[in-house]
Amino acid sequence: MRRLIARRLLATIPVLFLVSLLAFSLIQLVPGDPAVTLAGDSPTDDQIEAIRSQLGLDQPILQQYVTWVGSLLSGDFGESLFSSQPVTEAIAQRLPATLSITLGALVVAIVLGIPLGVVAGAQHGRWPDRVSSLLSSTSLAAPSYVVGLILIIVFATQLQILPPSGYIPLGEGFGPWLQHLILPSIALGLVPAAILARQLRSALVGVLALDYTRTAVAKGLPQRVVLLKHALRNAAIPGVTALGTQMAVVIGSTVVIEQIFGIQGLGALAYNAALQRDLPVIQGVVLVSALGVQVINLGVDVLYGWLNPKLRQA
Amino acid sequence: MSATSGPLHGERPRMGWLSRAMSSRSTKRFTANRPAVVGVVVLMTLVLLALLGDSVAPYPPNSQNLDETFLAPFSSGHLLGTDNLGRDVLSRLIAADRVALFAAATAVVVAMVVGIPLGFIAAYFGGWVDVVVQRATDALQSMPPLMLAIALLGAVGPGLTNAMIVIGLVFSPAFLRLVRASVLEIMSEPYIEASRSIGTPALRLVLTRILPNALPPVLVQVSIVMGIALIAEASLSLLGLGVSPPDASWGLMISQGYNFLYQQPWLVVLPGITLALAVLALNLVGDGLRDSVGRGGDTGGDR
Repeated sequence: MRRLIARRLLATIPVLFLVSLLAFSLIQLVPGDPAVTLAGDSPTDDQIEAIRSQLGLDQPILQQYVTWVGSLLSGDFGESLFSSQPVTEAIAQRLPATLSITLGALVVAIVLGIPLGVVAGAQHGRWPDRVSSLLSSTSLAAPSYVVGLILIIVFATQLQILPPSGYIPLGEGFGPWLQHLILPSIALGLVPAAILARQLRSALVGVLALDYTRTAVAKGLPQRVVLLKHALRNAAIPGVTALGTQMAVVIGSTVVIEQIFGIQGLGALAYNAALQRDLPVIQGVVLVSALGVQVINLGVDVLYGWLNPKLRQA
Repeated sequence: MSATSGPLHGERPRMGWLSRAMSSRSTKRFTANRPAVVGVVVLMTLVLLALLGDSVAPYPPNSQNLDETFLAPFSSGHLLGTDNLGRDVLSRLIAADRVALFAAATAVVVAMVVGIPLGFIAAYFGGWVDVVVQRATDALQSMPPLMLAIALLGAVGPGLTNAMIVIGLVFSPAFLRLVRASVLEIMSEPYIEASRSIGTPALRLVLTRILPNALPPVLVQVSIVMGIALIAEASLSLLGLGVSPPDASWGLMISQGYNFLYQQPWLVVLPGITLALAVLALNLVGDGLRDSVGRGGDTGGDR
């Protein structure tokens, strides 16, 4: 298992290198002279020069990259062009809110997705299967922000049982924190739940047709044990893969969900930075979210090793 | 083998992929799939509305009437009500339909133009070419799609055209991976080996043997990526990075309605439902195509 993790960590190095190239080249994509464009509407020459030297645009490009990566590795992501706040500080402030709703979405996906998928797979072709597939097709088609807005309308403005917006840090109380998380987490979690359910269903249908499940039933094990202990564990792998990909998508969707729910998270930070063309902040968020995705993928691979011991040696 | 099966083996490779896709077996399998047929009907309606646009819409989409604001659906003269400026919601939904379909189609074309050749090159040449293309794709996919789109738009500047190009780039791996996988699979088939051994020129091998067989799964992916692109376009317009006012877009309508959530929730619900319906129709068609073609992408794999 330890070797699996080590090998997996090594594999992230080239990916992170390419991500850093991509984040770096964002500045080169700015049309015209980046320093002029980024300086805003009617900049003075001093402002332009200040930005040029802050971003190191006056140096040869290779040197720019080397300097930039060098400071990244020492934890310096630069400063915001607008507030002069260090990017790492801005990200650290926003991270807890985004982590909370992302984990909330994961919980929703697991709590809804596994039962729906298991019921559909076990009752393959019968009405529970149809109901489950109808539910998952509908959630797949509904964008998270539409679901979010409908949840706000129903639970916040009509029934008034949950707050419509905002985020309360966990430090200020578990109850208020949880209350503010429920709606955004459901909005974000429905799509991954639907995808998990679909993957589990089709994998279970396959596994339940295999000889070893028939043997398990034939030797007198209760059906529930066969389904939940034998079949589910083997059917879980495609579901885990899909869930991993989906969590990356969820992190992306926080951009819109945080706007709708008035949450000052990483998504909101990226959005505001994009509006202001605050390149250092954008680069920082891109890097941190790519890092987040790598962590998720690592988690997925470790889960694989647990689900399928054969992979640990491979 | 029933009466509906295709022609004899000897004739098979000579048929084009389109004619094979239209051959009785696939078509029958598709039309037997009721949800897929419903999806086609919904899609055709949306395409027709987009084409006819102004001539079927009851009002011009931007015409205001400040005496009739916030009308609920089923009000007299306004089937789906009016917005905060008294503009007819149905007419705006129809105008937005055209924008959305055009934008999503553009994004899909960009994704295909980037993804298909690269996927083919990676699989056909293999070796270090494949490694480079694959690692670049990994890097692109290791970023949350919407976050990447926003970062790119922050650099190149907002606007519908930029938004569509960016979305196309972000989702090009969906085509790249699919084409790479199917080309690899096809190249290991005995008939390719056979064709090569009798001296078929490489170009001819590619054009008449490999590509025709690699393309049907792409068809499935088109409808699925189109659904994803619709959602992405609406997300960016909702954030003010895509379509700009006064033009109508489902995403923009949602964000404008958001300001009046308490007064008239329908202003958010109606464009939301329309968008979801369009995506659902595309997914149903995609599922139907996959089942009838036999292989293809995965609904909502990346969004």
